[in-house]
Amino acid sequence: MRLIPCLPVLLAASLAGPAVAETGTQAGFLWAAGPIAEAQRAHFLSIIGWMSVVIVPLFVALPVVLWRYRAGGPGAFRPDWGNSPLGEAVLWGVPALLVAVLGWNLWTETLRMDPYAPLGPDPLVIDVVTWNWGFVFVHGAAGVAEVDRLTIPAGRPVTLRMTSDSVMQSVFIPRLAGQLYAMPGMVTELNLAADGPGTFTGRNSQYNGPGFATQSFDVIALPAGEYDARIAQLAAMEGTLDAAGFDALKGDDAARPQGFGAVSDGFLAEIVGRYADPRMAGMVH
Amino acid sequence: MTPFGLLDWSDLVFAGFLRDPSVNEAVASAAGAFAVLGAVAALVVLTVKGWWRPLWSGWLTSLDHKRIGIMYVVLGLVMFARAIAEASVMRAQQMAALGEPGFLSAEHFGQLFTTHGTIMIFFVAMPLLTGIINFVMPLQIGARDVTFPLVNAVSLALTAAGAALLMVSLVVGRFSTGGWSGYPPFTGAAFSPGEGVDYWIWAVTLSSLGSTLTGMNFAVTIYKERCPGMHLFRMPLFTWTALCTSILMIFAMAPLTVATLMLALDRYAGFHFFTAGSGGDMMNYANLFWLFGHPEVYILILPAFGVWSEVFSTFSGKTLYGYTSLVIATMCIAVLSFTVWLHHFFTMGQAASINAVFGVATMLIGVPTGVKVYDWLLTMVRGRIRFRVPLILGCYFLATFVIGGLTGVLLANPTVDYGTHNSLFLVAHFHNMLIPGLLFGMFAAIHFWFPKAFGFRLHEGLGVLSAFLWMGGFLCAFMPLYALGLMGGMRRMAQLPEGPFGPLLAVALLGALMIAAGFAVFVLQLWWSVRHRDRLAVPHGDPWDGRTLEWALPAPPPEWNFAVLPEVDRRDPFDAAKLAGIAYALPDRYEDIEMPANSAVAPALGAAAFAVAFGLVWHIWWLVAFGLAAALAAIVARSFVTETTRTIPAAHVRQVTEGWRSIARVATPCPRRAEATGANRGRARPQQ
Amino acid sequence: MSDVTATRHPGLNLNHTDRETHDRAESVMFGFWVFMMSDLVLFAVLFATYAAQSVHGIAGGPAPAEIFELKSTLWQTLVLLTSSFTMGLAALALKYRDDRRRLVLWLLVTAALGGTFLYLEGADWLRMARDHGAVPQVSGFLSIFYALTGTHFLHVSAAMVWIGVMLVQIGRFGLKPEVKLRVMRLAILWHLLDVVWIGIFTFVFLFGVVQ
Ligand code: HEM
Ligand SMILES: [Cu+2]
Repeated sequence: MRLIPCLPVLLAASLAGPAVAETGTQAGFLWAAGPIAEAQRAHFLSIIGWMSVVIVPLFVALPVVLWRYRAGGPGAFRPDWGNSPLGEAVLWGVPALLVAVLGWNLWTETLRMDPYAPLGPDPLVIDVVTWNWGFVFVHGAAGVAEVDRLTIPAGRPVTLRMTSDSVMQSVFIPRLAGQLYAMPGMVTELNLAADGPGTFTGRNSQYNGPGFATQSFDVIALPAGEYDARIAQLAAMEGTLDAAGFDALKGDDAARPQGFGAVSDGFLAEIVGRYADPRMAGMVH
Repeated sequence: MTPFGLLDWSDLVFAGFLRDPSVNEAVASAAGAFAVLGAVAALVVLTVKGWWRPLWSGWLTSLDHKRIGIMYVVLGLVMFARAIAEASVMRAQQMAALGEPGFLSAEHFGQLFTTHGTIMIFFVAMPLLTGIINFVMPLQIGARDVTFPLVNAVSLALTAAGAALLMVSLVVGRFSTGGWSGYPPFTGAAFSPGEGVDYWIWAVTLSSLGSTLTGMNFAVTIYKERCPGMHLFRMPLFTWTALCTSILMIFAMAPLTVATLMLALDRYAGFHFFTAGSGGDMMNYANLFWLFGHPEVYILILPAFGVWSEVFSTFSGKTLYGYTSLVIATMCIAVLSFTVWLHHFFTMGQAASINAVFGVATMLIGVPTGVKVYDWLLTMVRGRIRFRVPLILGCYFLATFVIGGLTGVLLANPTVDYGTHNSLFLVAHFHNMLIPGLLFGMFAAIHFWFPKAFGFRLHEGLGVLSAFLWMGGFLCAFMPLYALGLMGGMRRMAQLPEGPFGPLLAVALLGALMIAAGFAVFVLQLWWSVRHRDRLAVPHGDPWDGRTLEWALPAPPPEWNFAVLPEVDRRDPFDAAKLAGIAYALPDRYEDIEMPANSAVAPALGAAAFAVAFGLVWHIWWLVAFGLAAALAAIVARSFVTETTRTIPAAHVRQVTEGWRSIARVATPCPRRAEATGANRGRARPQQ
Repeated sequence: MSDVTATRHPGLNLNHTDRETHDRAESVMFGFWVFMMSDLVLFAVLFATYAAQSVHGIAGGPAPAEIFELKSTLWQTLVLLTSSFTMGLAALALKYRDDRRRLVLWLLVTAALGGTFLYLEGADWLRMARDHGAVPQVSGFLSIFYALTGTHFLHVSAAMVWIGVMLVQIGRFGLKPEVKLRVMRLAILWHLLDVVWIGIFTFVFLFGVVQ
């Protein structure tokens, strides 16, 4: 019975399933690889289930009505029938109850899934700066940065602190975390975690010009040891990410480095400060 | 700077092709050439056939609400052809661009989705619904015209000026790439220099000014011009939805106008409303735009709801089920639509509790909408359903609309929205609402009221064919997009990565082509029906066994609509009159009728508005000044005109009315089973 | 006659017998009120933007309290309020007097006061720009400040043009119903602009100085 409204999802699953298995990275939250996407998927499916209460009856009744009451059909003709108190009560009552249930779910889930809420104690904080068209990820604690690629330790909660050095962008990692806007002069926070090692696609989802379609990055979740190795690898790289280094990075698409072995202190605040009102600076952390 | 501001020969689209003869430029030049040739062809036909004079005195300067309505619909259909073509090109590009750039430049693709979205919303959907309300609503409430006929014509002229600006942008310069929502700072001067965004700003501003005036005009008309006995709760449902839409227009268009004008100040004068830095606030734009944008989607859908109500009731030969419920539901939707705008940017980083409030508010709209769907279903229960084109589209609408409703409820959940915002899932959702809901509603309305407007039906078989092409086309074009969105496909992507997207995109392309083919069949149907209009004629005016006042008039109705203003004492008055056998009774007295005289003010204002907008886009300041002065002069001059009405002598009214009624009274009533045949001359045999 | 008076639009002095024009007046005046309502939405949106930008959009530029001078604003307010009063007198003259002299006189006084208001406001802008470099290009706050007051300024200017046209029409057509209706609508617009100005005076200037 629930099948009909699930059609789009089933269609997606049947057509995309094998292909996803092949490429592994490109997919949405139905192929969840972390607690947030997992919760999104569960919520998504539960809504479809609840909604079938009002949708399935329509799909069943519509053909029946059309058949029965077609001109020349068996149904009685009562041209003045336009009201029934019981009918009204059901018509308003059932959707109202349904929306009450769904609204409750919405409320609790939304608060529970607040993108600002860390997914556990001691999250790894990573600063993200986007521009037209790229991403740089700063592993603050280690003082290193990587470009168009985000390495995270599998299983550990991660907090992305994001800003943009161009227009409004939306940082989106479908299989892990959903998305949130990164905006110049502001910092937004997106929390996520990966269940296990893997490679996932992240991208900007807010149109920002010709390079938009290819503005993506790989998220690579590694076991703790390998993660440390990757950080060490980054630390060995040349160059320092400071305001000048960043502008050079933005200016030269051809020779984009993979990372920076050092990052200037307060790099994120400096980029934010390019746009923020100095009097308000205290309010942007 | 030359007298022509920033304008230069190299801005012509054809110059672009000469510079760089690529497929990308060829597509742009072909579109430009198409626009130019279309315009030239129209001019040639008008001249050869000697139609300039009738066009000017019969249409462009006419203040008759029926003619203005028809012109709106024609405008909408012309623009629809362009927007559909653009959709197909986008689909073809995405098909060709899996993991590679494809044949269009990213910039060109950006223009395409921007013009497609802008045109579809402001220059297809709005003109279609405005046109249909214009034609139908005064007839349904038993009025001779709208309250402000000249304002009505001015609204049309402003809308047409905006559309003309969009068409000119095909040939001169480039259009914006900022999407139909035009978010700054991307659309600010720093990131989008050049004329593109300015084209968008002024086209949208003209359209929104026109819609504001329209909304006021319709609302006042419905409040003040109802015939005696037409209480609010006796109005046909279509008129109710027209009222709610008009009220939404009055309140919702202002935020858009403010937003676009602020953006213009940022771009032209270096203000800081939405810039990054210097105290600009891009989030304010999102608020203003969607403060308009969400009510806008209900401005679009409510009239279609009204059409569906008329269609289900008429083609079931039965009174509407749950009239009061439907009215209340419509009003609930109208009011709630102002409380939910934030759901368009759940992902902007505000507190979760704010998102939750707006999410719940959004979901509330599901209640009245659900009620409506079931009311329509129950309208058919105990009826005698006749599968004419509008009803076929209507049933399809019921079935697909609930899927759109489901995905709407999904998107109302911030949790889900984090994973679907900006994705093709969203694109699928809003097309799911807009195509079966609004667009098919408008085509159903065209089918339904066309015989009333022109005196002959549209060919039924071709109508069914185009309906099936649309219905199949929509399924193919947009169901895969739900899946693509869930698979990580984003909107506005000039190319998608290689991987699993190919097969579904192919289906979507097929669907787009089917929709285009359906439109071609519709045009063919128009052409065929005009050629064979004698066979399809329904001069007596009631081809569908209609229930409301407009069907009591001949087809086409005389300029003054009602010889004597009707008096009603119930809902569906014409149906009751037919059952009582008094439908075609002759009035016992006739009076002189005053109708608004033609006026050239509206076309003059439209031309002036176009000049101002074009001058602003290209910084041709003298043209701007000239246009503004001309507009002011036209308005002031008009206020000195003393003869604004024309009197139609009672004798003439009598002659026309009796000529028609005496024939209609003796005409053979047509049974419903012969409705789609030549036997239907517009006199219906009442169903008992 | 009593029947006619009952449906008469308040403030109108149409011929007692002219039923149809009364009815027409109803729709025309109602339509104009609706028009004013949408105009108010426009101002409401500007006010809302001002509320946000005047706090968050100062961006290192001058703050409200630094540039506003209550004395000048107070004068502007007084002048505009008086003009509303004289416009009211014009409306009374329209209603109770058949000669046009008083109507014309009060319209002229109103226009003069309106012109004074525009002059004072313009001078105030110049002062801010000159003394504080407070031009709209400096910050988000100044952008919306000028946009809000400028929109009001443009409205008043348009109403002044309208007064001019009405003076010509009164001279040319006398007090025929159309002209009366136009004067009535002009008066509504004028009072409304006064109300909006009171909003501006309170929310922009008084609050701005207090902060
Ligand atoms: C008739 C068949 C239609 C087809 C094949 C079609 C196809 C498309 C395509 C391919 C896009 C771009 C999606 C993307 O961003 O990746 C699009 C966007 C859009 N369409 Fe349609 N569309 C159709 C009808 C309509 C109608 C009837 C409306 C509205 C009344 C509409 C409104 C829009 C809007 C607002 C956008 C978004 C533009 C933007 O991103 O700014 N479309 N459509
Ligand atoms: Cu919305």
